[in-house]
Amino acid sequence: MFIDFFFRLKAYGVPVSIHEWITLHKALALNLNNCSLTSFYHIAKAILVKHEIHFDRYDLAFLDTFEDVETTDEMLEEILNGLKKVKELHLTEEEKRQMQELNLDQILRNFEEQLREGHYRDHVGGNKAIGTGGRSTQGAWGYNPAGIRIGQGVSRHRRAVQIAERRTFRNYDSAVTLDTRQMKVALSHLRSLLPIGPGDRLNLEETIDATCRNAGEIEFVWENKEKKASKVMLLMDVGGSMTPYAELVSRLFSAASSQIHKFKYFYFHNCVYQDIWIDIERNQSRSTMDILKSEDDDYKVIFIGDAEMAPSELTWVNGAIDYWYHNDTPGIVWLKRFREKFKNSIWLNPLPKRSWDYIQTIRMIRGIFPMFELTLDGLDEGVQYLISGKSALARA
Amino acid sequence: MNYFTGSDDYVLSPSLRDNVNVSIALGRPLIVKGEPGTGKTLLAHSIAKGLNKRLIIWNIKSNMKAREGLYVYDTVQRLNHARFGDGDVSDIKRYIKLGKLGEAFASPEQVVLLIDEIDKAELEFPNDLLNELDEMSFYIPETGETIKAKHRPIVIITSNSEKELPDPFLRRCVFHYIEFPEPELMAEIVKVHFPHIEKTLLREALKRFYWIREFDMLRKKPSTSELIDWLQALIVGGIPPKEVEKQIPFVGVLLKKKEDIDLVEKSGKTHYAFNSSGRTRDVY
Repeated sequence: MFIDFFFRLKAYGVPVSIHEWITLHKALALNLNNCSLTSFYHIAKAILVKHEIHFDRYDLAFLDTFEDVETTDEMLEEILNGLKKVKELHLTEEEKRQMQELNLDQILRNFEEQLREGHYRDHVGGNKAIGTGGRSTQGAWGYNPAGIRIGQGVSRHRRAVQIAERRTFRNYDSAVTLDTRQMKVALSHLRSLLPIGPGDRLNLEETIDATCRNAGEIEFVWENKEKKASKVMLLMDVGGSMTPYAELVSRLFSAASSQIHKFKYFYFHNCVYQDIWIDIERNQSRSTMDILKSEDDDYKVIFIGDAEMAPSELTWVNGAIDYWYHNDTPGIVWLKRFREKFKNSIWLNPLPKRSWDYIQTIRMIRGIFPMFELTLDGLDEGVQYLISGKSALARA
Repeated sequence: MNYFTGSDDYVLSPSLRDNVNVSIALGRPLIVKGEPGTGKTLLAHSIAKGLNKRLIIWNIKSNMKAREGLYVYDTVQRLNHARFGDGDVSDIKRYIKLGKLGEAFASPEQVVLLIDEIDKAELEFPNDLLNELDEMSFYIPETGETIKAKHRPIVIITSNSEKELPDPFLRRCVFHYIEFPEPELMAEIVKVHFPHIEKTLLREALKRFYWIREFDMLRKKPSTSELIDWLQALIVGGIPPKEVEKQIPFVGVLLKKKEDIDLVEKSGKTHYAFNSSGRTRDVY
């Protein structure tokens, strides 16, 4: 069953290695989990899972493997539920003496019997069964010097399976949410090394050289440190069918602007034509041709849009959705021009991937740009794709 | 064996306690992650206090190299000394200064080492420390010395997840994610800081605080440390609990971004904040 757990984790997509699995066994050999399933749940999680986005999958795998396991925690919990606190029992000296005569073996036998018979529920007072406030050898708040005390403390742990069932970490799962912080992490991969910033590293060779030239008078030579910097251009679809995603997009925008050194952003509606807007209200515009001509081609270009429109908007002259807008070049040509110029470019789509095949314009745009989902996984994948240079290769 | 049970100024959840003890017993570094202000750094302080050990803090900066934690060879000073003839230049040892990690290894008794905000450094930084943290020893080529830990230090590493940590590094660590505390636990935490706080004030303030955190659209959600500051402000300002019920005094302590403050203030009247971005104009 144990090795099952390992493979279940793998099956649910938690990246576990043998290294970590052996570490877990070391911990178990030291009995760090104290024979409790709840502690085991926490410890295994700490050793096997190294990112909170995998916690939910861990919970699922744990549920799958250990759902039917009865543990001591569980039994105790059940008994506790049957016990309610009542007034303490006051006994005479004689009665106390009588009870002291029972030995532990008897008591334990009796306890097991009672437990099997399930006498503990709603049992208050009495001399024999598990209950509260009685003279029985088992139970809470009772009086018997040799008795078994169950559950006078307050249980602090929940059952492991219950914790797993709550699935508190569902929102951390990488396929679901994207908050600004997570986006920042994903986008930070875009930064590549460029020497920037003040010189603060001593160049030893040069210093010795300069010092020698200077007749032994020490002359320090400082050099630039390498710092991460990148050039990113973001083109966002605004208005129309993108409205529900506006907040998501603006978060991506705020993450990007703080994370990236040279950052340019433009807006468009459904598709790119000869003008492209530089403000979200779409009042100020810049000529697309000008951008294609004047910007460096090492910009990494990310389009964000649902790519869902009428096919005519892509393929027709004057196909733009804005009635008063005349474009003499079809949108798809402009998109292709972007792709030609900027070798490193991708398209992020907030629509779920499974729907892409059903929308014609998405299929068409996927023929031009590699498309990724606008989720943390997709963003990560897309960014990896950009920096690995695959994007430039795929063009041919 | 060391068994950490917490200290009186730190509220510890059972799972975190288990994980701390696992990391101590296995001799593996414990990585603590979580939202800012959930007490990651304080944990190391609490462990040092609870186990009565010396705490060595290594604050990571963005331009740090892993080697600086081990030792620094002060070439410039040696060069200077050689130039002006003061001091014995032939003894390289004088110019080798141990870094924080080196200090923790060289210490005669077991220490708690806190590597704070490891994600601030470059991506290669944790990888450069792999071997040193595994073996708990390192070699100084300049002097031919090997510094080896007499007692494996208890290593606590905090991360704000500004960058992802590399997998080989994570494999060697025990990982704990501090969840944002539930209101009950939060009340306990607050009581550690303000033992004499008025009950109604605490209740109202917490209600407000969790209400604000409900907003999905916040750029930066307020955290525990901001709540503590806010309560301090409320207490010093002598704000009655009823006032907190009606509005949010000193909102600037909780929310640090203009957009967030606007959002919360607007939502006092409507459900605006939940469903609109207010940014787009034409909706077809």
